Amino acid sequence: MSDRPNAEVRQTALYSRHLALGARIVDFSGWDMPVHYGSQIDEHHQVRRHWGVFDVSHMTVVDIEGRSATDFLRMLLCNDVANLARSRAQYTAMLNPDGGIVDDLIVYRRDDGYRLIVNAGTRDKDLAWLQAYADEGAHGHVVDVSERPLAILAVQGPDSLAKMPELLSAMGLTPSTLRPFTMAEQGEVMMARTGYTGEQGLEIILPQDQALPLWDALVEAGCAPVGLGARDTLRLEAGMNLYGQDMDETITPAEANMSFVVNLKDEHREFIGRKVLETQTVDREMIGVIMTDKGVLRAHQVVQAGNRVVGEICSGAYSPSLEHSIGFARVSKEREGALKVQIRNREIPLKQVHLPFVRNGRQAYSEI
Amino acid sequence: MAEYPQEIKYVDTHEWARLEEDGTVTVGISDHAQEELGDVVYVELPEIDAEVNAKEEAGVVESVKAASDIYAPVSGTVIAVNNVLEDAPETVNDSPYDDGWFFKLSPNDVSELDALLPADDYREQCESD
Repeated sequence: MSDRPNAEVRQTALYSRHLALGARIVDFSGWDMPVHYGSQIDEHHQVRRHWGVFDVSHMTVVDIEGRSATDFLRMLLCNDVANLARSRAQYTAMLNPDGGIVDDLIVYRRDDGYRLIVNAGTRDKDLAWLQAYADEGAHGHVVDVSERPLAILAVQGPDSLAKMPELLSAMGLTPSTLRPFTMAEQGEVMMARTGYTGEQGLEIILPQDQALPLWDALVEAGCAPVGLGARDTLRLEAGMNLYGQDMDETITPAEANMSFVVNLKDEHREFIGRKVLETQTVDREMIGVIMTDKGVLRAHQVVQAGNRVVGEICSGAYSPSLEHSIGFARVSKEREGALKVQIRNREIPLKQVHLPFVRNGRQAYSEI
Repeated sequence: MAEYPQEIKYVDTHEWARLEEDGTVTVGISDHAQEELGDVVYVELPEIDAEVNAKEEAGVVESVKAASDIYAPVSGTVIAVNNVLEDAPETVNDSPYDDGWFFKLSPNDVSELDALLPADDYREQCESD
């Protein structure tokens, strides 16, 4: 399955447990990760209806510390960390000088400094990007950029918040009642009300040697192991972007339905990419589409409006919750006529919808 | 581990063909193929009475992972399709060699089956992939 025969493939602290649970393992950005443990669709439903646990330790944890950490991130990130209170989380992006997206990420405000969770596939370039700006010491910034070799478990689903406190207290952790997009730290363990599924839940960032006991306690308590296949359909149903598929360095936030992460309020804040965003003409947009005919929307399928090609599918998948295909399409803003997608020499009707497709276990979209 | 029943023949494109007592040929995809594809979500079957040629497209199977063409293992006329797959495509995952069959052919030349792979050769191909 691997396209990287010469690259070292990395494994998380839970790798042997994934194998013991019968996981199908695939190379995911240079990591051996479980794509499913039997049925991706069953795992998807477990998270929508009950609860499930994902090993997402392949994601990269980077701590930013030092007296200039805030100024540094106000320059590096397009959302504004000055608005971020202690123990709160923010979705944001790093842009290049052309306004293209270097990566999307979550930043947590800690007591002293910040923690970034960036994508596995962009780890090397992200670390180099951050380090280059830190070394440059622009504007007199004094910051320390350090990758942390931690494990991350995401526990998601409607039952997760009711069942987690007992489990965590059995491990000597006392999770306070966290509100969405907040976190709490106890020793080396961070517990955050964040996720990538559209359900309530926690992401727990912890030392690798504590990951297996927590995983086993969760599974013992009835929490379903869920692979990265279901993670993809859950996040797409929730209307959340995937880096590399929905945006990359040639795509600006406004072209990826991500304008909400761009904060222009402080006119003196010169974050990287700002000048371009303020002057760009945005002539394409990313929209939610559904296809109720047979078939599955997949990346790069050609999208038409009337008889004219207006763009292509970005993320696309079969939605287990809705039982038809859903996707994002990047299309010209100037378009007329019914939307259609080309699949195997056929033109199949699409409907544009408001995102998200699914939220908290239920259909959430409405047709436009 | 995937199963490779001895009494049927296989194609390197992962279909299987079974010669029935009445001379018809039943076609499906192998256990190995359904494992590789993951959960099957749609199956597109040929029309009844359609003429199909060996190694030519006769249908499509879409899974959570990918869309794959289904090739006819031998030439012939389609005499039945498995309508169960319309509403329950997961049957392909649950029972690839029995309830999850795709279509039945009246073969033009039953000796075409002799050219297909026996179970052990096909298993060897799958395990060396």
